[in-house]
Amino acid sequence: MATIELRDVVKKFGDKYAVKPMNMTIQDGEFVVLLGPSGCGKTTTLRMISGLEAVSSGNIFLNGKDVTWAHPSARDIAYVFQFYALYPHLTVRDNIAFPLQAQAVKRDVIERRVKDVSNLLKIKHLLKRRPGGLSGGDQQRVALARALVRHPAAFLMDEPLGALDADFRETMRAEIKALHVAQKATTVYVTHDQIEAMAMGDRIVVMSNASVQQIGTPAEVYHSPTNLFVANFIGSPGMNLVKCHYQGGKLTLPGGSVYVPAEGWQKTLDHQLGDNQTVVLGFRPEAARVSGEPKISADVFLVEMNGSNVLLDLHLDDDNIVRIRTNRGVNYGLGDTINFDLDPQMVRFFNPSTEAALVME
Amino acid sequence: MANILSSGKIGKKHLSERGLVNLFIWPTLILLILVNIFPLFYSIFLSFNNYSVIGNKLPIWVGFQNFKDLLTNEQVWNYFAITGRYALLSVVLQTVLGFGLAMLIREKFKGSGIITTLILIPMMLSPVVVGLFWKLMFNPGYGIFNYLISWLGIPLTTDWLAKGDLALWAIVLVDVWMWTPFVMLLVLSGLSAIPEYLYEAAAIDRASSWFQFWHITLPQVAPLVLIAVLFRSIEAFKSFDLAMGLTGGGPGAATRLISIDIYTRAFLGQFKTGQASALAVIVLVVIIAISNLYITALNKAKES
Repeated sequence: MATIELRDVVKKFGDKYAVKPMNMTIQDGEFVVLLGPSGCGKTTTLRMISGLEAVSSGNIFLNGKDVTWAHPSARDIAYVFQFYALYPHLTVRDNIAFPLQAQAVKRDVIERRVKDVSNLLKIKHLLKRRPGGLSGGDQQRVALARALVRHPAAFLMDEPLGALDADFRETMRAEIKALHVAQKATTVYVTHDQIEAMAMGDRIVVMSNASVQQIGTPAEVYHSPTNLFVANFIGSPGMNLVKCHYQGGKLTLPGGSVYVPAEGWQKTLDHQLGDNQTVVLGFRPEAARVSGEPKISADVFLVEMNGSNVLLDLHLDDDNIVRIRTNRGVNYGLGDTINFDLDPQMVRFFNPSTEAALVME
Repeated sequence: MANILSSGKIGKKHLSERGLVNLFIWPTLILLILVNIFPLFYSIFLSFNNYSVIGNKLPIWVGFQNFKDLLTNEQVWNYFAITGRYALLSVVLQTVLGFGLAMLIREKFKGSGIITTLILIPMMLSPVVVGLFWKLMFNPGYGIFNYLISWLGIPLTTDWLAKGDLALWAIVLVDVWMWTPFVMLLVLSGLSAIPEYLYEAAAIDRASSWFQFWHITLPQVAPLVLIAVLFRSIEAFKSFDLAMGLTGGGPGAATRLISIDIYTRAFLGQFKTGQASALAVIVLVVIIAISNLYITALNKAKES
């Protein structure tokens, strides 16, 4: 079991930053997800933790011990590769046994551990086969088994479900989560899929353009994103972000609707932005409540039936679209004008120039 | 109907696909039949006859007499033994050295391209030429070889090619010098095909370099090593030009490889064409047998 700490860790390829100075502490037994679009530096970060990639500067600590320049084999961590990286010439059994054989573990101990882990992952019937003939899901199970069999201090997983079919991903997602709950091993998990991140992570590290945007629980990054990138990236669809004009305690939305924010927000906006300013109003689709009284009005542009709810695309004006969730019981026609209010608890504001979220005073 | 007929006419003006195929295949096939297939069957036919090309007599059918004579001849068995020892020594040395060289120049370094090319040069030379200039180098009077050896602190004035026990080693040495690059080239292509992620996985799995070599590198390149061994074994078994150029089979019969023996029977002295053909057929059968062993092993290695 292990804690992992990154202190000012930097990775540069030539002049280009792959990872900008990064600080993060991962607690023992925690499941941390590194989330971001491709090329944001999340895999590079994971590889630096594993030791497969050298840091350009900064330090990495495992259980308080500086392992910045330690070889991967000296770190006692398991790594699950995106494309499994199984040994093609070895049987499934030998693949799983490999880390134990490499440590010259006794034969009967290897036999027992391989048996245990293959029971756990339900791959007992595959032990004599070679990885090449297995399905993606089975290969991933074998890769997980190879990681689990040596009881490492921490697991690093690089998009382990990235190469699987959509419906199978959900099954494997649940299995990995269940394994984590059972093993209580520190896990760092890389993905570009925010739904996966929300479902699995104790904490999510949102990355973009080589730097950390926000570190927080799934609820925190969903409800209180620290900047426009996180607000837009998390959730499907992402947060509605509307540029408004703020004056005299009132917001004028594109299309002319006027919204009066709660008193706490008025004070914050006055202090942090000043009067007569542009501000970005942010709210989740489910923050909208369709009402009779004219609060914010918009035209229905697209109706998406989602089963449990209806997602409406609304035109505030020709250039500004917001998406809201409504009760599936009500029918709306294209072109209808509807009015809605916002749940005051779920309203957020962002500074349009710094892109950072405003914090209510 | 009219359309079909007219299009048929147009087709005749041009080459039909079938015609094109024939045009490409037949010249090659005729050449192959003339210089390969006919001589092969003719020599098989001759192997059952008493015949000499200078005898001015028609072949006389003698059945298996030639084979019987050869296989009961202790000398012939001795030549096979010499050939076997020569093949074993040179193939083992080439494989080990070629593998080692490939491991050394596997990592790209400054000038590795040029060094690779330089290492490959011996392979590109003609074996007869190689035989000749090594003969000069081995010369006890003015050859450079003994001089180089004296640098190692071993003062030798041996005539390498004139001593029965050393002459075979001398040929092995030259063959190794010439063909190690070939093994290296094959192994190198095998090594570069091993995906890097296997080594990353192995590093994560805490495998030592030694363990990685035995459990990843070696099994991954095994098919290509086997191909190299197969090629070199066949070549070594029918090796002729190098040994002929260096020693001509001497001293005495110490380096008389089986192919030199065939040559001697066929073209020196009595011109026993029938008997030489029979020996050639025996060698052919042996080589096919060896190849089959390797190919079975190769298929096994490829399965994994």
